[in-house]
Amino acid sequence: MTTTTATPSAAAMRATRAYIRRSRIYGIVFIAIALAMYWLFAVGVDRASVTTYTLNLGPVPAEQRLPDWVVPSYTTVTLLTMLAVAMGAYQLVRGFGRATTVMLGLIIVFFVFSFLTWATRDQSINLVGMLKTMVQRAVPLTIGALSGVLCERAGVVNIAIEGMFLSGAMFGGLVGSVTGNLWIGVLAAVLVGTLLAAVHAVLSIRYMVDQIVSGMVINIFSVGITSFISSKFLQVFQELNNPGTFKPFALPVLGKIPIIGPIFFEGNIFLFGMYILLIVVHVALFYTRWGLRTRAVGEHPRAADTLGINVFRTRYVAVILGGAVAGFGGAYFTLGSVGRFDELMTAGRGFISLAAMIFGKWMPFGAFGASLIFGFAESLQGKLSILKVPIPSQFLLMAPYIATMIALAGLIGRAVPPAADGKPYTKDH
Amino acid sequence: MAQLAASPPSAPPLWRQIVQTVAMPLLAIFTALVAGSLLIILTDLEVLVALRDAPGRAPAAAWKAITTAYGALWQGSIGSPTQIVEALASGDSRAIAQAFFPITDSLVTATPYIFAGLAVAVGFRAGLFNIGVEGQLYIGAITSVWVGFAIKGLPPIIHIPLALLAGPAGGALWAFIPAILKAKTGAHEVINTIMMNYIAFRLSEWLLSYKGPLKRPDSANPVSPFIEKSAELPRFFPDPIRFHLGFFIALGMAAFVFWFLFKTTWGFEVRTVGQNPDAARYAGMNITRNIIIAMCLSGALAGLAGANEVLGVNHNLALAFSPGYGFDSIAIALVGKSHPLGVVLTALLFGTLRGGATRMQNLARIPVEIIDVIQALVIAFIAAPAIIRAIYRLRQAGPGAETVFTRGWGK
Amino acid sequence: MVPVLELHGITKQFPGVLANDHIDLTLYQGEILALLGENGAGKTTLMNILYGLYQPDAGEIFVRGKKIKVHSPNDAIAVGIGMVHQHFMLVPVLTVTENVMLGVESLKGGVFLDRRKAAARIREISEKFGLAVDPNAYIKDLPVGVQQRVEIIKLLYREADILILDEPTAVLTPQEADELFKIMRSLVAQGKSIIFITHKLREVLAVADRIVVLRQGRVVGEADPKTATQAQLATMMVGREVKLTVKKTHIEPGDVILRVENLKVLDDRDNLVVDGVSLEVRAGEIMGVAGVQGNGQTELVEALTGLRPVADGRVFINGHETTDASPRKILELGVAHVPEDRQTDGLVLTYPVADNLVLNTYYLPPFARGVVIDQQTVVKMASEWVHQFDIRTPSVLTSAGSLSGGNQQKLIVAREFSRPIKLLIAAQPTRGLDVGSIEYIHQRILEKRNEGCAVLLVSTELDEIMALSDRIAVMYRGKIVAVVDALRVNKEYLGLLMAGVSPEQVLVPEVIEEEVEAVF
Repeated sequence: MTTTTATPSAAAMRATRAYIRRSRIYGIVFIAIALAMYWLFAVGVDRASVTTYTLNLGPVPAEQRLPDWVVPSYTTVTLLTMLAVAMGAYQLVRGFGRATTVMLGLIIVFFVFSFLTWATRDQSINLVGMLKTMVQRAVPLTIGALSGVLCERAGVVNIAIEGMFLSGAMFGGLVGSVTGNLWIGVLAAVLVGTLLAAVHAVLSIRYMVDQIVSGMVINIFSVGITSFISSKFLQVFQELNNPGTFKPFALPVLGKIPIIGPIFFEGNIFLFGMYILLIVVHVALFYTRWGLRTRAVGEHPRAADTLGINVFRTRYVAVILGGAVAGFGGAYFTLGSVGRFDELMTAGRGFISLAAMIFGKWMPFGAFGASLIFGFAESLQGKLSILKVPIPSQFLLMAPYIATMIALAGLIGRAVPPAADGKPYTKDH
Repeated sequence: MAQLAASPPSAPPLWRQIVQTVAMPLLAIFTALVAGSLLIILTDLEVLVALRDAPGRAPAAAWKAITTAYGALWQGSIGSPTQIVEALASGDSRAIAQAFFPITDSLVTATPYIFAGLAVAVGFRAGLFNIGVEGQLYIGAITSVWVGFAIKGLPPIIHIPLALLAGPAGGALWAFIPAILKAKTGAHEVINTIMMNYIAFRLSEWLLSYKGPLKRPDSANPVSPFIEKSAELPRFFPDPIRFHLGFFIALGMAAFVFWFLFKTTWGFEVRTVGQNPDAARYAGMNITRNIIIAMCLSGALAGLAGANEVLGVNHNLALAFSPGYGFDSIAIALVGKSHPLGVVLTALLFGTLRGGATRMQNLARIPVEIIDVIQALVIAFIAAPAIIRAIYRLRQAGPGAETVFTRGWGK
Repeated sequence: MVPVLELHGITKQFPGVLANDHIDLTLYQGEILALLGENGAGKTTLMNILYGLYQPDAGEIFVRGKKIKVHSPNDAIAVGIGMVHQHFMLVPVLTVTENVMLGVESLKGGVFLDRRKAAARIREISEKFGLAVDPNAYIKDLPVGVQQRVEIIKLLYREADILILDEPTAVLTPQEADELFKIMRSLVAQGKSIIFITHKLREVLAVADRIVVLRQGRVVGEADPKTATQAQLATMMVGREVKLTVKKTHIEPGDVILRVENLKVLDDRDNLVVDGVSLEVRAGEIMGVAGVQGNGQTELVEALTGLRPVADGRVFINGHETTDASPRKILELGVAHVPEDRQTDGLVLTYPVADNLVLNTYYLPPFARGVVIDQQTVVKMASEWVHQFDIRTPSVLTSAGSLSGGNQQKLIVAREFSRPIKLLIAAQPTRGLDVGSIEYIHQRILEKRNEGCAVLLVSTELDEIMALSDRIAVMYRGKIVAVVDALRVNKEYLGLLMAGVSPEQVLVPEVIEEEVEAVF
């Protein structure tokens, strides 16, 4: 009789070793980013250069004006580099443990801020304006991601957000123009999203079509139908494509907070609609009976079925609600932003919101955070053309797509989808 | 391999199997065309006016709208039979060329569809949904046009193959990135290939932008210089007929893909990985390698589609030169059941549709995008055959053989 | 005795199979009724009908004398029927409370979940029936035994009084099973009635008040546990006399073929699940690995066959180091692997039988010349194997998915055993098979051993391990806690080791009784 007696510490040691290796990799990445930061944004910069960040938005009365924030360019980047190197060193030696991801995020923020400081040396940039644009650009992405969260928490993959955006945008704009009422336009967009989602639901739940194929059907159909109607009617009769946009306003109390107010609490109904949806979806998913059942269906539909929960109906409801949300997001493009429908105007933002959903780990507020990152990339690219940075604008336009791919590759924490995500449910085994 | 051999003893005769295989796609296409005609009617101004003023006249207006549209589609894709007969009778070479122009041009349009459809099909066989064919096609066109105009003084016998190979090399490289991400990190290829598409479009915009590296200096438009004569794929008839060697290369590639998938150990591995990756791993196959092989082959075929367009048809690279060959090819692969023969036949059909659609836009003022709508419906009907069976009250056929499907996120 | 449940003439037809054929069954108040039958006899189908997951083609159901229609689990729950499924119906990422309340949620203000109230009731129930569990724990963190308690609490929470337990002991050690039997006894003592589905004779005799035997969808008889013997029940179950022992001749083991040194393996969630395993398997011997499911056996096999990376330690096969070698290299060293999950790992269900038969040899001559596959040779060899291994299939071109479970397993055996092999790794080789197929597979494994092949047999069925092995390694929480001579131990002894009792504390039995338990 042979018995292997492994010391209890063997398991712990093994786990520790894996942890140490992972920490080391992160530590090296931190330091690499820090050094790249120095080399790119500090080397060769005139020590006397300063960067001016203005903090006022639009015409502000003199007594409320915030003073500009002026920082020495070289010193700022150098300080941030030193801080990042120190963080990397700590990570190498001790490790931040659970806070590692947060630290990585912080270092990326340093990098971006260093870049801005370098690009704006001897010039000025409106920081509040930039962050405001970030939030505005994050609005459709967040709404799209919420649509994805609703569907996927119930176990149905929705890559049709792009198509629902496009159709919502076109029909919202068209109906808004015809009726002359923006609200009816929004309603039309929501209805169109609902309808497309119903098709997606029937195809993927009843006919058990592969959910990605079904999603592509909606996307291709939407491209076709919106471009068809656009070139047949909207481009011929201009009055059909001129709905106007919702006017922005500030929230009573929150909107008055300096800096934060204009950035987060001043906008049109889509911004506030997004906040409402965020809270509603979060509370509904995690604190109500409906949410518990929906999540159970997305994780283990057979278990839900054996407890008398109608899996099919739960999925239909979730997908169709998701479609309504995506339709609302689509209306943003015509009624909340541009005031006109252009062919293919959503430019892949539906897919980026999908990435935001994954990046945000299928959590509403996670998706919002991820959308802010993508929103920042879009906002940055708008400002850079002013700053005469020696990078062609096309390359900056690529940034969100590359960021999406990096996020998907799981470089920043591995995301685990709902267990039954994408799997059709059948009663029999 | 074996599943293409003789049928099991109890199976119905061969002709019935063929009918069963072909019936579904044909019914799907037919139904989609009927639905498309509804769209034409409902958006036809004359019909709408008739409905408002005199509903009795509406059916006649609707009929007129349909016949005009599909008549134009037919003439634009196949040509007018009477014109062909007259031209042949007159013996005038220019008239003959003009009469045969639509049908040969449909073949020209079908050629990139064959390449791109094969690209998607190879992906499907490996369990990969390559939506990035469009981007890979652009990259293939870029690399191939560059070899076509930048290298000078080569004899055609060297320059053509060189330029032709540059396309698949570029496409394969573009597909390699999502492939390695999928194999190593499990990142879903659908999102990544879509992202690669956008990156490819931006890249081509930059290359063709003002003072861009591939921009023709003496043109106001975003186009590249023309390729050298020595890099052009040979054409078989005088202008305006553009029918060129690419069509036969496409058929050759279809035969190659068939051989690769069903006759070789490599294809066996790729298909096994697509059908059941767990079993493939258990049987000693290398999943990473097979995902990369399949994706790169897929990308290479897509790149070949791009090379074919710039070397055989356009002779230069223009911004947004592809009317969505890469996206249409998803429908082609699905309708063709990811089988090379099915892909070729479907590509011929879609090439004909797309060729006629341009004429339909000019003659009947039906925007070409109607083809997208029809394609979306075709994909839906093929993917959910129960809908077609319900419409035509057909009975369920036997269980399908290899099915083509993707997997959830990151699995 | 009061009948609480009566089934009359229940019939259910699946494509190609008559799963239930006019079944009559009565359950009386306060009894444990054992429904006995081998795999595929129609037990689970019958219970799924009763629970509303399937609709019967014919037949009637009466609960407390009232005729009812069960269209969905809701209808079953409404009349007090509850079921613990063979595969647990628990959502791993939710808590115990959330899982229990799912479907009958307590609410605050009509909208929001009242988790506290539900947890309080769960505590109440667990105290009343002796089912200890933490309501706030996540299911994914709980051991299987506790998960099963959660399943039972789920039924009690819904105030079910007719409880159906479908193969509840499959994942338990003999001792844990005894613990469950105590719980079942206390449940019927408090007025519940239980239908206990199983194919294990020992358990039936240990706990049931009455036994009904099912065979090929029909009720073939009733038995009284006080008088019935295992042999009688086995014959009723299978329909013929069952050979209860496998004939095994003694042969002298040869060289060491498989050597494992201090092997450590992580699972998908990075838990250390194989923790320092050392093993040797010699030519001509069967080493059985016994253990309750989920103690690292799956990962051990995966690591040995190259399907899972090795975290630490070394593996040698036939003198070659194969630590972290590719599956193909290991296959080429003469290793055959009968995988645990035949439909997922062992077969491509959409492929024809012929392709499945060459799934790991397709690239070698005579099946391939260079990169080109010789289809005629494949079909010719496949036909030979189909004949030789008695695989029942219309043709070698029929898809593997349309074969029965037993024939699918024979297909895998044919593929793995027809190669020249030195080491056979068989994981749960007879799980879910009928007795005929089990006998066949056992015979083939023994043949391989007698030919001088080293065999590593991993099974959660103690009977199988005992019947086939020369030596037995017991695995518990990722460790081999003991390696014993198969002739010198009995089931109770192994059961204690499997439950984690250390070998020093277990007395080695002096006399080995000949036990009559070979129906799995």
